[in-house]
Amino acid sequence: MSDTGAPDVSDENPLLRVEGLQKHFQINEGLISSLLRATMGKEADYVHAVDGVSFELERGETLGLAGESGCGKTTTGMSLVKLHEPTDGRIEFRGMDLTESDDEELDEFRQNAQMIFQDPFESLNPRMTVYDTLAEPLRIHDIENETARIRRALEFAELQPPDHYFDQYPHELSGGQRQRVAIARALVLDPDFIVADEPVSMLDVSLRAGVLSLMERMTEEFNLSVVYISHDLSLLRHMCDRLAIMYMGEIVEKGATEDIIENPQHPYTRSLINAVPVPDPDVGRERVELAGEVGDAIDVPSGCRFHGRCSEYIGDICETDSPSLEQKAEFDDDREVSCHLYDSCGKQS
Amino acid sequence: MATQDKSSIFADIDEGEVDQEDENVDRWRRNLRLWRETLAKQWRMLTDDLMVRLAMITIAFFMIVAVFAPFIAPRGPLTRQYEGDAGIIIADWVEPSFLSSESEYLLGTTAEGFDIFSQLVYGSRAALLVGLVAAVFTAGIGTLVGLTAGYYGGKIDDTLMRIVDFLYGMPLLPTVIILVALMGPSLWNILFAIIVLQWRSTARVIRSQALSLRERPFVKAAQVAGASDWHIISRHLAPNVLPLSFLYGAFAIAWAILAEAGVSFIGLGDPNTVSWGTMLQSSRAYSALDFGAWWWFIPPGICIGLVVISGFLIGRGYEEITNPELR
Ligand SMILES: Nc1ncnc2c1ncn2[C@@H]1O[C@H](COP(=O)(O)OP(=O)(O)OP(=O)(O)O)[C@@H](O)[C@H]1O
Ligand SMILES: [Mg+2]
Repeated sequence: MSDTGAPDVSDENPLLRVEGLQKHFQINEGLISSLLRATMGKEADYVHAVDGVSFELERGETLGLAGESGCGKTTTGMSLVKLHEPTDGRIEFRGMDLTESDDEELDEFRQNAQMIFQDPFESLNPRMTVYDTLAEPLRIHDIENETARIRRALEFAELQPPDHYFDQYPHELSGGQRQRVAIARALVLDPDFIVADEPVSMLDVSLRAGVLSLMERMTEEFNLSVVYISHDLSLLRHMCDRLAIMYMGEIVEKGATEDIIENPQHPYTRSLINAVPVPDPDVGRERVELAGEVGDAIDVPSGCRFHGRCSEYIGDICETDSPSLEQKAEFDDDREVSCHLYDSCGKQS
Repeated sequence: MATQDKSSIFADIDEGEVDQEDENVDRWRRNLRLWRETLAKQWRMLTDDLMVRLAMITIAFFMIVAVFAPFIAPRGPLTRQYEGDAGIIIADWVEPSFLSSESEYLLGTTAEGFDIFSQLVYGSRAALLVGLVAAVFTAGIGTLVGLTAGYYGGKIDDTLMRIVDFLYGMPLLPTVIILVALMGPSLWNILFAIIVLQWRSTARVIRSQALSLRERPFVKAAQVAGASDWHIISRHLAPNVLPLSFLYGAFAIAWAILAEAGVSFIGLGDPNTVSWGTMLQSSRAYSALDFGAWWWFIPPGICIGLVVISGFLIGRGYEEITNPELR
């Protein structure tokens, strides 16, 4: 964490730039089904988990990824920290292309990008003590002052006194404490970028506020760029500067959080916002349950992927032309929507 | 990287403002203590069960006997106690001392003139050697192969699992017999053949464990932190499958001893070593049963049974610890 040179590169580029990210999973892998496929001359089937996602994330900025279950939020998040090799597309971290990074660059990236997982009962090794869990990243990167750093990270995560937790195993901790340990582990390397995948959804409701405020503090004090993943829009509204709404592996709308929540434009965003209970009483909205099921994104619908469930279906164009995510003439904020309802302000019709 | 615009909460630590020399936890002492605690806990749980305790005492008893065999056995196991005419083996065996007052042999002698009690004592060496070596190797190879296949998946997994499937196509005892017949009858060849066939079940079970472990978020977290494959296999996968390896090791003791006895019984045992299996074989060759010389074949039979059952009981007890649903 101490290369002093070349702030020029990192200041011109956003911290993270994602361009056309795709991640497809082959289904029916394995010998028998591939033999069957070969004899019957069929193509392999793919789940289009992430299918062309682009966005930028500035230093210190927080971005929320929202969408129904299975729309590819986790897959996107995991690709961002290089847990998945993208099928296509580019991810640049401080101007460095992750798909073509050498060992040294990758090592640098591994020190600076961390992930917090949904289930604190699964994200800590049951056979490792808290101390060893936090020491692991430090040892991997040969960072000194192990104990002092661990102590500091645990204190920051409000696990006090830290020494008391050193020899505890995960099963001796409560869910909230575990998630705090997981957060401390992510912070102990002093990263710049964190992906938080549903960080509180497995926690008891009474514990959520505490963990969320810890994460706010963490974003603040570490000047972190964070991608929050959640299906809970009220949580994202609270935590994020910007929002991106995903549907079937694509971003359908993105922009500043308040713009999107107060004034959603994509029909999918609207139904998503109406589907969640809005805590604010003077935002009187009728609640609409999302009708229909998201497919598993194997046979992706032609045209707009949402057309089968869309309440504002306007005709053939929805089924034939796939809309591109772009700024529309109707809106003067920097929102981007992919929907045929609005006029492109760019070149195409 | 732009450290200037970022105030790290670790800044003072990195600048050495914290006196770190005596702050750092002594890693080795700490690890040793944690290991001791874990082992002690597992040991307590294991020995909680009366049957497991008895089984352990039995194995310990045979281990002591095997180690101190030269002091316990009154005679050499393959020392002829009397010579027949022109050195030809004669079938004038001696009855056990508790049946005949003239006999000075605790369990009598074989038709070849060997002291049965001494053979029994020395036979424990072969049994435990076969059992323990087979256990260590089947569990070791199986765990290594299973972890590799499960963690890497893909082609590596396919290849390794095809080998395992192939081995599963071969029945244990007949294949060991053929292998030993080809390689020559020696204890090491028998052991080798048993190990070659036995690691398959450990490998398969460990692989399926590794397959699910590698998808667990704590493994993902280690990958995000930059851990190497070897680091993940040794620190995250291995400790979590170790109880299972141990379990299969305990079962392997029993299977290996049974297999060795089986191979020896049909006459492919090591001619220079006495094992309980070779004792059974020679008692059959001389039709001890027809002559009512039960003291020749009952004692080795009981010994085999005791050790084998003990192996299964320990494995079973451990299974209950590692898999609480069985309780
Ligand atoms: N390793 C994998 N192999 C095959 N398919 C996968 C894999 N990971 C995810 N998928 C599929 O990709 C799609 C997107 O999954 P993903 O977990 O990214 O969704 P999500 O938005 O995080 O959903 P949730 O809200 O339920 O967590 C799903 O259809 C899922 O079944
Ligand atoms: Mg998810």
